Amino acid sequence: MSGATTSPPAEQLTLRLKKRFRGDSEFVLDVELAVAAGFTIWFGASGAGKTTLLDCIAGLRTPDEGTIAIGEAVLFDSQSRVNLPPRCRSVAYLLQSLALFPHMTVEQNVQYGLAALNQRDRDARSGEVLESFRISSLLQRRPNEISAGERQRVALARALVTRPRVLLLDEPLTALDAVTKARILDDLRAWNQRHRIPILYVTHDREEVFALGESAIVLEGGRILARGSPHEVLHRPQSETVAQLAGFENIFAGSVTGSHPEYGTMTCRIAGSTLDLEVPLVRVNAALPLCVGIRAGDILLASSKPQGLSARNVLDGTITSLEQRDMKVIAVVTCGPEFEVHLTLGARESLQLKPGARVWLVVKTYSCHVLQ
Amino acid sequence: MIIQALTLTLRLAIMVSAILLVIGVPLAYWLAFSRRRWKFLVEAVVSLPIVLPPTVLGFYVLVAVGPLSPVGRWYQALTGHTLAFTFEGLVIGSVLYSLPFAVQPMATSFAAVDRKLLDASALLGASGWRTFWRIVLPLGLPGVLTGAVLSFAHTLGEFGVVLMIGGNIPGATQTVSILIYDQVQALDYATANRTALILLVLCFTMLAILYGLRRRGVWNVWEWK
Repeated sequence: MSGATTSPPAEQLTLRLKKRFRGDSEFVLDVELAVAAGFTIWFGASGAGKTTLLDCIAGLRTPDEGTIAIGEAVLFDSQSRVNLPPRCRSVAYLLQSLALFPHMTVEQNVQYGLAALNQRDRDARSGEVLESFRISSLLQRRPNEISAGERQRVALARALVTRPRVLLLDEPLTALDAVTKARILDDLRAWNQRHRIPILYVTHDREEVFALGESAIVLEGGRILARGSPHEVLHRPQSETVAQLAGFENIFAGSVTGSHPEYGTMTCRIAGSTLDLEVPLVRVNAALPLCVGIRAGDILLASSKPQGLSARNVLDGTITSLEQRDMKVIAVVTCGPEFEVHLTLGARESLQLKPGARVWLVVKTYSCHVLQ
Repeated sequence: MIIQALTLTLRLAIMVSAILLVIGVPLAYWLAFSRRRWKFLVEAVVSLPIVLPPTVLGFYVLVAVGPLSPVGRWYQALTGHTLAFTFEGLVIGSVLYSLPFAVQPMATSFAAVDRKLLDASALLGASGWRTFWRIVLPLGLPGVLTGAVLSFAHTLGEFGVVLMIGGNIPGATQTVSILIYDQVQALDYATANRTALILLVLCFTMLAILYGLRRRGVWNVWEWK
């Protein structure tokens, strides 16, 4: 908890830590990085070690070795045996369940972390934050009397009123609708414009990565797999793991069978088939296995053989299954290898698609992502 | 006679549940949150009075407070008399006998408090002490009240331990249950009937209030998802 300054100099969170899991010797969390002020997104499938990492930073769990520091202040250092308890770390941590105190009003919740101040300062400090997050009208309500979005705001206000030096968010907004989520994030951004602290935001939702990120980190199997802008990390993934995380429903192993530098393309044969795809020309290491990733939403489906197209890949196939999920139809088409294709309900109706029907798949060269 | 036994019984029950509040709450807290490996031994000891015949418990307490034990001798040196066959002795025996009835509901309700709330409290800078008073105790209050009422009711109906430790001295150690036994021994069924009825009505009223409050949700005001 810092003093009364409203814009303290931005401090970096630096960490280098290892944590092994008892009973599961395979999984080791092994991470090293520095996080500057602003949003950083931790992206990864469940079980990638995201929550464990946040727990270690907050002091709820102890790493096996390493150091954690905010600016000059050391929170944890295995060598000099420093391990501050959570209450002394100035780290605000928004748990996934929010953990609002159910028996207290919104006001009591928000003021809980201000026990060291006198009542007047407490009111002033909480009043300011309550206003920032637009919940001043809820003061006397209990957590079960307000909406999910409001609870989210209260939890944020309660965490930030203590003027933490780092904010950790563990998938806090996953349950909210897009509009509510966007409004809350706007308010959080505005707050951070004034306070400039590192905000670590954990999520497994790739839409959120694009919506939030100035910087994204992909965590997999306890290690950092990629780091950069959300676009760099998720739109041009270089590894198959990231590709899966980034939502390539179709990933095929393959090999380069031809190269056409004059067109900027190359031909790639999908392993175990005679199917050739035209893909963008990229530098590949011939010694390593190669994959082609295609998003199911990037594939066009035609009920008769299309002609006069710019797209270079037109594949002849048969629908093997059609399944409706929410407002989306998921078609599996076999062209030798199986492709997953996403369609709208309208497309299914107007093309009168049924399992067994003959169809053509159209894939643009630039919808094929070469991964290695 | 009845009035005297009744006042003594109520006085005993109130003292016992007050003492159990004081020692039961920290003990329950420890049982709910400690990670000691030998915790199960303490749990077993606390629960012993549920399965032990009251006579066994009473016998050991009688020996422990009697002039042959160090505690008994120390107390005798201090006050000039032993604890056996006194009201104080009764209180000690009754506290031990009712211990599980107080501690178990308290420990259960403390353990049921969402650990995430405790983490959240620590992350907001609260000490363990503050977390206990502001989070664990208020949220576990239904269990604390249940423990206090159950130990009160249990002491009202206790017989074996009281008889072993206190004997049957009117005004000093003669509780209602012992008075009834006395009256039946004297073949005075009419009086025994009246005394028994008083105890029955008293216990029933208490339990009815307890469960009634529970049903109306008064004790679960903080239950929340």
